[in-house]
Amino acid sequence: MNILKTTWLAAMLMLVTSLAQAADLTIEITRGSDRATPIAIVPFADGDDMPQDIAQIVSDDLERSGYFEPLERRAMFERPASSEEVRYGDWRALDVRYLVAGRISREGDQYRIQYELMDVSGESRMLAESVTTGRQGLRDAAHYISDQIFEEITDIRGAFSTRIAYVTSSGVGDDTQYALHVADADGRNSQQILSSDEPIMSPAWSPDGGKLAYVSFETERPAIYIQDLASGRRVRATSFEGLNSAPSWSPDGRRLAMALSKDGQPEIYVMDIGSRDVRRVTNNSSIDTEPAWAPDGRSLLFTSDRSGGPQIYRLDLGSGEEERLTFTGNYNARARFAPDGEAIFLIHRGNNGYQVARQDLESGRLVALSDMGQAESPSVAPNGTMVIFATQQGGNGVLGGVSADGRATFRLPAAQGDVREPAWSPFLN
Amino acid sequence: MQLKPYARTLAIALSLAFVAGCSSTGGGQDGDLTGGAGGSDRGGVSTGSADGRGVSGDRDGRDGQRADADGRIPETRTIYFEYDSDTIRSEFEPVLTAHARFLQNNPNASVVLQGHTDERGTREYNLALGERRAGAVERYLNVQGVSPSQVEVVSYGEERPAARGQNEQAYAQNRRVVFAY
Repeated sequence: MNILKTTWLAAMLMLVTSLAQAADLTIEITRGSDRATPIAIVPFADGDDMPQDIAQIVSDDLERSGYFEPLERRAMFERPASSEEVRYGDWRALDVRYLVAGRISREGDQYRIQYELMDVSGESRMLAESVTTGRQGLRDAAHYISDQIFEEITDIRGAFSTRIAYVTSSGVGDDTQYALHVADADGRNSQQILSSDEPIMSPAWSPDGGKLAYVSFETERPAIYIQDLASGRRVRATSFEGLNSAPSWSPDGRRLAMALSKDGQPEIYVMDIGSRDVRRVTNNSSIDTEPAWAPDGRSLLFTSDRSGGPQIYRLDLGSGEEERLTFTGNYNARARFAPDGEAIFLIHRGNNGYQVARQDLESGRLVALSDMGQAESPSVAPNGTMVIFATQQGGNGVLGGVSADGRATFRLPAAQGDVREPAWSPFLN
Repeated sequence: MQLKPYARTLAIALSLAFVAGCSSTGGGQDGDLTGGAGGSDRGGVSTGSADGRGVSGDRDGRDGQRADADGRIPETRTIYFEYDSDTIRSEFEPVLTAHARFLQNNPNASVVLQGHTDERGTREYNLALGERRAGAVERYLNVQGVSPSQVEVVSYGEERPAARGQNEQAYAQNRRVVFAY
C-alpha cells in the first residue's frame, strides 16, 4: 500500500514537473540589430559542473535587447577569468568594444559569481561585483548581472530580471484547455497560476508586480479576477452583465480601468479597487475598449470604432476631453504607452497585415516595427527598450519580441500549443 | 458540406450542458534573486482539469426544457457572418425565426447567444465585436416577440474558434453566433 502510494505520488510529481517544463518558452533570436555594440561575454571559469551556463544567459539577454552583438564563443581564442588576465590588444583585434569575464566558486550549497566588465578601447575596468546565490537562484543571478552590464554601458536600467505573464491554450474545440502562466522575461522558469477549460484573457500586472488582473470565463461568463501571485489567493473584481474585459491598473495601483457593456455597448469604466465603485468615463454609441493608463495616471488610451473602424483615442481623466491619436490606416488598436509617455505601441493593420507599430506622440508619426504576421497584444518592457507581443509561426501562436527601434527581433515559441497575450511585468526589485 | 458545422454545434451545445467549467490556481511563486533556495516545487502547479469533469448535467437545470412537449429546439444552432459585419444574412433569417417561435412557445426555455469572431485583429476588440454580433441576433429575436428575459448574450470573441487555420475558410466558420440552450 505504501509502495503504491509512493509510486503514485512520484507519478504525480513527474506530471507536474513535465507540465511546468512543457510550458517553458525558448528564445530564438530572429534578427540582430545592425547597430548593436560588439561585446564578448567570456564563459565563466567554474571549476565544478555548473547547472547553468551563466555567461550564456547573460549573452542571450544582451543580444535579445538589440543593443549588443555578443561575440561567438568559437571566435574567442583566449578565455580570461578576470581583468588581470585580459590582453586588450587581442580583443581590439576582434573589434570588441566591451568584455565581460568571470569566475564561479562553490561554498557549500552557495555559488559565488565574480564578474568584471571591461572597456576594451579604454583598457579599463568599468564594473566588478560578486553575487552569491543558491542553485535555484542561478538564472536570476545571471539576469541580475545582465541588468548591471546593460545599465553601466547604456545608462538605461536593465529589464532582464523582470517576468512575463501569458496565456496558453492546447487541444481543440470543446477539449481546449486554457492556462495562465508567469515566467522569467526570457521565457524560462514558467509557473502555471491558473488553468481552466474556459477561456482566460487579458492578464495585467499590478504596478508593484505582486498581482495579476485577468478575465476568466470559468463561470461561462466573462469576469475580472485579481490574483495575488505569492499566495495564489484571488478575488472576483467584477461580474457585471455583458462584457467584463481588458483590465488595466492605474500607476498608483488603486484603480482598474476596464471595458464593461453593462449599460449597453462596451464603454470604459474606472473601478476603485478598495470600494469596488465603478465610474463610467466614456459615453457614445460605438465600441470603446482596451484602456491603458498613462504613466502619470492622468489620462487613458483606448480603442474606439466611433469613426467607423478601430482607432486610438486619449481621454484626459481630469477634463473628460477625448482626442483621437491615430490617423494612419484604418485599423489601429490596443495601444500601450512607452514608460516615458512620449510614444505609444499599438497594433496597426498595414500592407503586411497586423503589425506592432510605434507612434511618436509629438510628431504623430507611426512606424511599423515587426515583420512577423498576425501580431496582437503588444506589451512594453518597463525600461521601454523592447516590446513583446503575440504572433503566429507555423499555424501556432508564439510570442515575438522587437526592440523599440524595430531593429532586433526574437521569438519565444512553446514546445506545444498556442501562446499568446504576453504581459511584461514592472521592475520587480 | 454544411453537415460539419451543424454537428459541431450540437457537440458544443451538449458539452456546454454537461461539462462544468472549472479552474484552479497555483500556489506561491518566488521572483526574487536569492529566493527559491532548495525549493524544488517552485510552481505549486495545479492541474485542475480532472476534478471538474465529474460534475454532471443538471448544474443549472438547462436540460429540463428538452423534455417540453410543445416543440423541439431547432436543429440549426449556428449562423455565420461576413467579415467585419454584424448584419444577419438573409439565408439565416428562417433559422432565427424558428428559434423565435420555439422560445415563444416555450416561455420557460432560455438561450445564451454566444458571439464569436475570426482571429484577425486584437482580442479585446474582437470580444466587443462578438458581443455586437450576438446583440444583433438578440434584437432580431426581440423584434419577433421573444421576451428579453429568455435571451442572454455572451461574447467569446476569438477565444473559442470552431476551426483552426489562417485561411478564409476557417475564418468564415469562426464568424458565428451559436444558440446555446
